[in-house]
Amino acid sequence: MKKYEEIFHTADVGIRVYGRTKKTLFKNAAEGMFDLIAEKKEIMPKKTIKFNLKAPDIKELFVYWLRELLYQYSAKAMIFKKIIITSLNDTNIKAEAVGEKIDFKRHVLKKDIKAVTYHGLEIEKSRAGWQTQVIFDV
Amino acid sequence: MSEVWQGDLKKIDDYRWRIPKSYKQGMRVDGIIYTDKALLEDICHDKAAEQVANVAFLPGIVKYSLAMPDIHWGYGFCIGGVAATDIAAGGVISPGGVGYDINCGVRLMRTDLFENDLKPVLEKLVWGLFNNIPAGVGSKGDIKINEKQEEELLVEGAGWVVKHGYGTKDDLEHTEELGAIKGADPLAVSERAYERGKKQSGTLGSGNHFLEVQVIDQIYDKEAADIFGLGLGQVTVMIHSGSRGLGYQICDDYVKNMGACLSKYNINVPDRQLACAPVDSEEGKAYIGAMRCAANYAWANRQCLMHLVRLVFEKIFSKSWHKLGMNLIYDVAHNIAKIEKHDVDGIEKLLCVHRKGATRALGPGHPDLPARYKKIGQPVIIPGDMGRNSYLLLGTDKAKETFFSTCHGSGRVMSRSEAIRRSKGRSISDELAKKGIVVKATSRDSLAEEMSDAYKDVNDVVGVVVGAGISKRVCRMRPLGVIKG
Repeated sequence: MKKYEEIFHTADVGIRVYGRTKKTLFKNAAEGMFDLIAEKKEIMPKKTIKFNLKAPDIKELFVYWLRELLYQYSAKAMIFKKIIITSLNDTNIKAEAVGEKIDFKRHVLKKDIKAVTYHGLEIEKSRAGWQTQVIFDV
Repeated sequence: MSEVWQGDLKKIDDYRWRIPKSYKQGMRVDGIIYTDKALLEDICHDKAAEQVANVAFLPGIVKYSLAMPDIHWGYGFCIGGVAATDIAAGGVISPGGVGYDINCGVRLMRTDLFENDLKPVLEKLVWGLFNNIPAGVGSKGDIKINEKQEEELLVEGAGWVVKHGYGTKDDLEHTEELGAIKGADPLAVSERAYERGKKQSGTLGSGNHFLEVQVIDQIYDKEAADIFGLGLGQVTVMIHSGSRGLGYQICDDYVKNMGACLSKYNINVPDRQLACAPVDSEEGKAYIGAMRCAANYAWANRQCLMHLVRLVFEKIFSKSWHKLGMNLIYDVAHNIAKIEKHDVDGIEKLLCVHRKGATRALGPGHPDLPARYKKIGQPVIIPGDMGRNSYLLLGTDKAKETFFSTCHGSGRVMSRSEAIRRSKGRSISDELAKKGIVVKATSRDSLAEEMSDAYKDVNDVVGVVVGAGISKRVCRMRPLGVIKG
């Protein structure tokens, strides 16, 4: 099953994300976002950042989750190779992200994602499970 | 591929099209898109027109939900969107009407140099600029400041940078809001925003940010051009940059927080990105205080960048920047919300004017203009794409109909990934070199994303605002050297 694909946007970048379960949807969205940011192969699993996030509903939770990951990138210069969702319901996510600080000598950065937007975001059931789109401001 | 917009659009005249408020239940006013027939086709290929209709839902919106001809879809508001709300009537402020890159804006500096002065050293100059102006993803700036100084910078804006030796009082006098908007509240800025902004002061950024060395290739208004000290063949420098991570984080924080305001203040908007709060509310005031900090940060940033440019020119030409005549013409914001007095149907009102991808364009005689420009109106700087022209325009009296607002650039027509796809097998830098343009970018992709094909032709966009009478041309520039983040 495809994890995600890039979608058309005039000025920024977007992905449509798929997942058999909501857990895989959240995982694939996070990994998709970091696939856009950097080449994965040179990222070493040196550090694990833990997340425990709460939000009023699943849409807000989804955006909050990606925003927190993006904060690790934009403020702490972290990029992640692997995402593990330990638990998820519509209002709470517990997860881990494994990666390291950006090393410009080794890492190839692709897109400077600056924000996660709510634009067109609908988490909906699909034939194979779940899907949503998310647009990032670059 | 994008869907074609099927909404309701009625021609008013050759440069104005109306979306009647009957189009969508909840619209409080009509929408008006400034465009012409040729540009209209592109506009309907994305969702921007729907966003113009959505903005008409904002409580307190006055007259129309407007869009300029460089319109394309954004978050909440389209890019090119202008909307004013009546504060006394409970009018709202929406971070989506300012944008993520708060006070993304542009400044234009003149020089006494001519194209022939530059030709023998152009490559050296562009490399000098590339090596000395921090640009691109992860770039760190020259300004190293502690926490207290950071708060001062957020309040004093470009003034803080000038105080520390990066420019002159004359620069401030020729900057919108004199380089710092009053009422900035550093306490309304989150720790995260400080964190993101700390390392990035004095950096160009990435995406569509750039620095361009240009030559004037056409004069339309000699009287105004003389006042600016500009003539045919003269070299100018344009800098396009914004508030970097600080502005982004502030927008992010407040779009998140204002989600709860929709139910608190009983506001119905069709798009979550239009989350808003009454200007006079606690949340509205907090956002305004934080937004002003980001705006001031961006002015400090552009002031710093301009000064670094002056130092590079000094080294290349072995002359002080004063002797090179490198004075600031003007600096304008194009992602901002301002509290302004406007005449609405004969009554003076205090409005919150959102300009997102739109530039203020005051007409002649306005009290907010620098003394030198009172007679002619406010300079409006319009950057085109890196292969084509840029413009210096003036605001007009007729711009009153758009709350003294006009376009900001050319507007994208192609996605970034499509641009990269179409650039495969091409060398964009070689194509530009054939036109005599030297370009240095931090990555091949950042260059490809910004190629000319990805943008509307700025000449067409400017043609609309001039045709509509809300701006007038002073001169046109073409690029000689470009630095891309």
